[in-house]
Amino acid sequence: MGIIAEMAKSPWGQDVPVHVAFYLMYVAAIAAFVFFIVHSVWVRYYAKPMEFSGHTPASEVAKLPEKIERHSLAARLFHLIMGASMLTLLFTAFLPKVGVQFDWVKYHWIAGIVLIASILFHLIHATFFMDFWSIWPDKIDIHDAFNRMKRFRGESAPPPHRFAKYPLENKMYHLSIVFAGLTVAVTGFFMLFRIRTPIFTRNSYLFGDMTWGLTYLLHGLSGVALISLIGIHIYMALRPEKLVISKSMVFGTLDREHYVEHHDPERWAVETK
Amino acid sequence: MAVIRDVMPEFELFQPATIDDAVGLLDKYGKDAWVMAGGLDTFDWLKDRIKKPKVVVDLSQVKELVGVREKDGGLEIGAMTTLTDVVRNPIVKEKFSILSTGAEAAASPQIRNQGTIGGNVSQDARCWYYRSGWKCYRAGGNICFADTPTAINREHAILDAERCVAVSPSDSAPALIALDASMVIRNKGGERVVKAEDYFIGPQLDITRMTVLKPGDLLVAIRIPSTWAGAHFYFEKVRDRPVWDFPLVNIASAAKMNGDNIESIRIVVNGVAAHPVRLVQVEASVTGKPRNAATADAAGAIAIQGAEPLKHNGYKVPLLRNLVKRSIRGVEEPKWA
Repeated sequence: MGIIAEMAKSPWGQDVPVHVAFYLMYVAAIAAFVFFIVHSVWVRYYAKPMEFSGHTPASEVAKLPEKIERHSLAARLFHLIMGASMLTLLFTAFLPKVGVQFDWVKYHWIAGIVLIASILFHLIHATFFMDFWSIWPDKIDIHDAFNRMKRFRGESAPPPHRFAKYPLENKMYHLSIVFAGLTVAVTGFFMLFRIRTPIFTRNSYLFGDMTWGLTYLLHGLSGVALISLIGIHIYMALRPEKLVISKSMVFGTLDREHYVEHHDPERWAVETK
Repeated sequence: MAVIRDVMPEFELFQPATIDDAVGLLDKYGKDAWVMAGGLDTFDWLKDRIKKPKVVVDLSQVKELVGVREKDGGLEIGAMTTLTDVVRNPIVKEKFSILSTGAEAAASPQIRNQGTIGGNVSQDARCWYYRSGWKCYRAGGNICFADTPTAINREHAILDAERCVAVSPSDSAPALIALDASMVIRNKGGERVVKAEDYFIGPQLDITRMTVLKPGDLLVAIRIPSTWAGAHFYFEKVRDRPVWDFPLVNIASAAKMNGDNIESIRIVVNGVAAHPVRLVQVEASVTGKPRNAATADAAGAIAIQGAEPLKHNGYKVPLLRNLVKRSIRGVEEPKWA
């Protein structure tokens, strides 16, 4: 426990966690940096050009609009707000730990409220107004991932399908963010009861010492994980070959050529002319 | 509860003779070093085994840190100057009497003979939960034991509480801020001068420290400019035991008058927050006004805006209001106080 948590004695003599072990923030930052290096080297020297099975006939391509909508305005605004709140939360949480002094708690809890509100919006929006399952890995993704691995190792395997709306990497990243983001949001929500805000009446006795300790620990662990995850996200968004995806999060659309080359219309159907 | 033990714990003791040596030691040992001035705060922490430094740097042999010197029309007071020497210094008495009054209000004569001005302004929070060794926010934990529904918090903060509700217990601090003093801090990188007002920090900025001093830093002197020399001063300290106690609330003000009107004023209270609080809005509201009951009433009302008493310290709100009123009117402390 001491490796991941700072421990303390409760007034009842119980050993309880009080925080994540803060050295882990450096571990997370270094892990993200190592990822940048390894991924850059891999892409530069070892990655093979992407090959897909199947193609879209020219007659079908002609029916497609020049710009394929990938993200609605609501989805993009959600991403922008969530991103801003996440970055604010990370900076307000960890800058004081490296010696930058400011009144961080106030900004932290306000950004936390924004994050929670944006997550609630996203849950409703994704469940009722979007294709909910499009972001979750399916059987074809898993099967294709094995085939891609075999082909990378030089073994015989059929080329993978073109992607659905999101490549498997996107889906796996989203899954990680779901776990880390929900953990940090749920634990953060309860931690609002430990500080002075105009929203809740403080109640230090909401949980027992151990439950509070685990709440703080989970909050810290997910926060530390988010250092790596968000670092990797920013790196990927800035990579030249990913810029087309990044731009779609700003402008909402992909070019038709990119769509037919990388996405399978049977797995991600778009409106035709 | 922690029990004061008779025997000191094991640590390595250094007694440097110069500031440079002291700073070198503090730089070398960083977080493992404990700076000891008069030792009055130190020995409780060490004997209770609440703080367990590997190294203690005793400043008692650093003669450069002792003494009151005139500087640029003002004063420079070495951090290791005893409170008694500050109280008795004729220039302090003549020009900056608010400081001698404040320093004399601290503790008992015996303690003032040993306690230093640097130690008085740098002492740690007086919260028994914290001092008993509970892993509270200030001790690096995740809770303030003094701010729970069943806590005993009669002496705690009513202003600027943020997670921790401990208060600064210094009597000389408000006087120094009222005099617009500066703190001279040395470390291996050189010297920096910090306004007394900024020397004290609240839990918003760093919940584990009361001052801007970081590991490796040493408070070497306090400079008082001539700006407020001979001004109209007011200091009052309210405590449970008038003979010897920490303040429940204390107040220090320095005012310059233009006829019957207040030309400029600085008002500072302590014992109400984790740091001495300069009442800037009160100062602005009374500047240019006559020093009378109406001005004092208005000032008192402004002073308590935003006060959030805990379960047992609601009395501090009217106490703060009345002390501010008295400081504006310049009422002498009654003999019984």
